[in-house]
Amino acid sequence: MDKFTKLTSSAIPLAIENIDTDQIIPARFLKATDKEGFGENLFRDWRFNKDGSINTEFPLNDKTYSGSILVAGDNFGCGSSREHAAWAVQGYGIKVVVSSFFADIFKGNALNNGVLPIQVSPAFLEELFAEIKKDPTTLIEVDLGNQKITILSADSSEDFDISDYKKTCLINGYDDIDFLVSNKDDIEAFEGSRA
Amino acid sequence: MKKTLFDKVWDAHVVKEMKNKLQILYIDKHLIHEVTSPQAFNELEQRGIPVFRPEQIVATADHNTPTTDQHLPVKDEMSRKQLEQLNKNCAKNNITLYDLGHKYNGIAHVMAPELGITQPGMTMVCGDSHTSTHGAFGSIAFGIGTSQVAQVFASQCLLLEKPKSLRITVNGTLKPGVLPKDVILYIIAKLGTNSGTGYFCEYAGTVFEEMSMEGRMTVCNMSIEMGARGGMIAPDETTFDYIKGREFAPQGEEFDKKVAYWKTLPTDEGAVFDQEYHFKAEDIEPMITFGTNPGMGIKIHENIPAEDNASFEKSLAYMDFKKGQSLVDQKINYVFIGSCTNGRIEDFRAAANYIKGKTKADHVTAWLVPGSQQVAKQIEEEGLKDIFEQAGFQLRQPGCSACLAMNDDKIPEGEYCVSTSNRNFEGRQGQGARTILASPLVAAATAINGKIIDITKQAV
Repeated sequence: MDKFTKLTSSAIPLAIENIDTDQIIPARFLKATDKEGFGENLFRDWRFNKDGSINTEFPLNDKTYSGSILVAGDNFGCGSSREHAAWAVQGYGIKVVVSSFFADIFKGNALNNGVLPIQVSPAFLEELFAEIKKDPTTLIEVDLGNQKITILSADSSEDFDISDYKKTCLINGYDDIDFLVSNKDDIEAFEGSRA
Repeated sequence: MKKTLFDKVWDAHVVKEMKNKLQILYIDKHLIHEVTSPQAFNELEQRGIPVFRPEQIVATADHNTPTTDQHLPVKDEMSRKQLEQLNKNCAKNNITLYDLGHKYNGIAHVMAPELGITQPGMTMVCGDSHTSTHGAFGSIAFGIGTSQVAQVFASQCLLLEKPKSLRITVNGTLKPGVLPKDVILYIIAKLGTNSGTGYFCEYAGTVFEEMSMEGRMTVCNMSIEMGARGGMIAPDETTFDYIKGREFAPQGEEFDKKVAYWKTLPTDEGAVFDQEYHFKAEDIEPMITFGTNPGMGIKIHENIPAEDNASFEKSLAYMDFKKGQSLVDQKINYVFIGSCTNGRIEDFRAAANYIKGKTKADHVTAWLVPGSQQVAKQIEEEGLKDIFEQAGFQLRQPGCSACLAMNDDKIPEGEYCVSTSNRNFEGRQGQGARTILASPLVAAATAINGKIIDITKQAV
């Protein structure tokens, strides 16, 4: 897993609520047996028109916007447990997703793939959308160590929550498998106690 | 201390508590399928870690499988490869697989309960968000991502924070024609799609006590559609009767011992939940959805609400519906009855009961997809197949099918489909397809009439 500590980037705004994992990566792209290539199909049916041409109005295709931070509407990532959604976000080059609310499973999947989901207040989310609209090159700083997100141009910031464990995992690029396997003795003892 | 059903099952599975609120939770049963497991097997192989408890894993092929000609090689190359990969991975790791064509093959959440694999008091996971279905038995069951599938492969455990608890109580008597699907669509419409996020939900009250196991599974199945990782219903005589005698259920004395334990699981009187909601059964009517998330539901005779919100309007634009519009008399060309939500025998009985002696409207394509081989067999044995075929419905072979349209069962662009599945997201049933969620009864009535009708005006 990639390590994450600090990031300063412009952001891509996606002011839509309840973006579900079927939009992030449609089911017809779930047939791969590895994790590669999902980024190409991120938001496939919103990025492309029905005739296959590029939908230039969609923020990811709009040259005005760039960066590795995605700012999205409330309840991002609801629906299916497909981790392919997190692989698509990561594969596209997004390192941080900001929203006022995340669905549980997506949030966990993102963290397990080195993508940081940051939950901010609805007011801060509005401010982010407004600042990006005003100046699409506006820089946003994400400081995982201090759990702080800052809109540099507006000098406005907010603290965010993340569990200490997940924070350590992201900073060091660890994942839960190593940790769980290291507890095998306790797991076997637990099994023995139930038999 | 007074405990909830959820507390009792959860606490009995904690291997170790860490200092940062995290707990190592032991998983009793792990269901896997072709779509969300291959990368997890790869992960273990790359790290040289063996599968820790293969005998606690059961695999099935369900998501991308065809629902016709299952005896022939799968035509779609990518799907075929994914299925072959599942085969190889299971063979290599000594995991039981109910492959395409096996008498126990079916959707994970239909197959495991009907074989008695799902039992009260268990912890169960699967790389599929509708794993919440199994909570109908009083088990803790939830969907996980592929990284977590790999974790369970490696250790039979997950590292988790204990979720908060929520109870939804519905008391009273349901009106005729109101099915379990309507109950859960009503709850989600009232509470919204993210009301359950961070919670495990217990459904309580007379409505659930009187419900069949199939109905309870439909309700728990859609817990994730309000954001709750899982839903649970206290095990009772209905549960024990359902499990008794099934293939992998405990037998004889062992069964009696288990029942004695299962009887200790219901929530203690006076146990406290983090959140509670109450509804009256009499307020619930047959439901349909009009938008692109399962929370956008109305009673079948109600008009679409008028909300001033860009996301709401985007959703209506996708569906080509207008604020204030009624969906009664809306012409429908596609009907799908099936999925892990409503692909059980009781769902097909409800549909057949309405369809019997009638014929579907000419312009309607109506697909019936059993949730498993066993359900397909029952449909035939009970004579429902004849009713469906005489009415012009297409009875297909088991699988997830048009619920997520990974196989060829896709609804064409722009078409409406009244569907008994669980998600009406944009493109869920095919690119540009428009899904209207409903009960098997409403779906059957739509197919017969060729349009949505106000089922409450018919004697059912």
